[in-house]
Amino acid sequence: MLDKMIIGRYVPANSLMHKMDPRAKLLLVFLFVCVVFLANNVVSYGLLAVFTILLISLSKIPLRYLYNGLKPIFFLIVFTFLLHILFTKEGELLFEYGWFEIYEGGLIQGFFISVRFTLLILVTSLLTLTTSPISITDGMEELLGPLKKWKMPVHELALMMSIALRFIPTLMEETEKIMKAQTARGVDFSSGPIKDRVKSIVPLLVPLFVSSFKRAEELATAMESRGYRGGEGRTKYRQLNWKTSDSLLMVSIGVLTVMLFLLRS
Amino acid sequence: MNGLQFANSGTITINNQLLTEESVWDVRQKIGMVFQNPDNQFVGTTVQDDVAFGLENAGVSQQVMVERVHGALNKVKMNAFLNQEPHHLSGGQKQRVAIAGVIALQPDIIILDEATSMLDPRGREEVLETVRELKQENEITVISITHDLEEAAKADRMIVMNQGRLYREGSPQDIFELEEELIALGLDIPFSVKLTKELQKNGVRVVDGHLTEEELVKDLCELHSMM
Repeated sequence: MLDKMIIGRYVPANSLMHKMDPRAKLLLVFLFVCVVFLANNVVSYGLLAVFTILLISLSKIPLRYLYNGLKPIFFLIVFTFLLHILFTKEGELLFEYGWFEIYEGGLIQGFFISVRFTLLILVTSLLTLTTSPISITDGMEELLGPLKKWKMPVHELALMMSIALRFIPTLMEETEKIMKAQTARGVDFSSGPIKDRVKSIVPLLVPLFVSSFKRAEELATAMESRGYRGGEGRTKYRQLNWKTSDSLLMVSIGVLTVMLFLLRS
Repeated sequence: MNGLQFANSGTITINNQLLTEESVWDVRQKIGMVFQNPDNQFVGTTVQDDVAFGLENAGVSQQVMVERVHGALNKVKMNAFLNQEPHHLSGGQKQRVAIAGVIALQPDIIILDEATSMLDPRGREEVLETVRELKQENEITVISITHDLEEAAKADRMIVMNQGRLYREGSPQDIFELEEELIALGLDIPFSVKLTKELQKNGVRVVDGHLTEEELVKDLCELHSMM
């Protein structure tokens, strides 16, 4: 069951991208998502593609993993491409068959949008592939730190996230256990009409919820007895250190932005 | 006792310090607790994060923290598992990590609240062994709340509680003398004590006061060689 999890699948390796500060990587992804929308011609898209390929080669992530990340949205890419072909009526008419017409503009637009989608997914999955979930949480906490001034519960959110991450496998195991227990009592999870199958989820969810609440309560007691009293005066075990390579990464995205401004038409 | 609940009547004093709303955080620094369920007290995503959790709360600086995390994990012999995630550990290993998290804070007292009751015999042995070693090496008081009599037999001092009240207090030898009374309370006496009594009834001259099976076996062997 655990193997099927694809969200935030982290691939441990020893590459330059892996060693980057999670803050730098988060900023990079955020800025990249913004500047992708600057590109509007072949040269600027080409530049973005080259930048992405460079990042991928720095990460040493097997292409298979990136492909797996793209698979679920493949349909979306094809769909938007087709929409553009059908409905964007700009430029020269290339092909006509009854009501079905393909314009040059539509073809180009559709292609650009697909490339944009692909690049966005590639870069974001590069983040989750090269950064462990806990580092992402740490990076988020640091980056959102200034928001504390406006009473944003940054520390609490980060703690919530890390506890959620820690309990995912535990709850998975528990689900499996309950499923087996209910199967032994005659609940059928895997066959029958959809209506029955949805109904059979109930005896799975109820015990799962009950035990989760019990867990939460015990965890709270344990945390309290270990002296937890909120983020005030707390030190951090995991230290993030911003290196020169991280600054270089930021410079590179800056250069990319400037170049995009110059190259876009 | 460490301020998760306050007394309805009377007071709780720990090392001459009265437990109040104000002193509760000081007191929690001095007392470490290990709970029953190994899964539900594991806060960190990895072993070292979990051990560091209490230190982070106490506001210990990072350098000291690294030192103490490693030291504590060494003591419970879990230093090979620094970056392991909890679901890859056995129950006994998780409890040892919990103990490491407690001793990293250098408490005076450790309370084990049925800490071994959800473990298999091997995990239980591991945890008890760890606790015993810790107690010998450092000056720590260990309060172990348990239903396991073999475990209780190894204590220096034993307190029998019944319905929330103190029933009897004394050394394990004294307590197990009560036999019938304990059984009436729904407890039992260790197998070795039982066996000694039966042997004595049948005319074997075994001395009293064996609390563990090993002691009894050793004694019986000596007796056998004398005959």
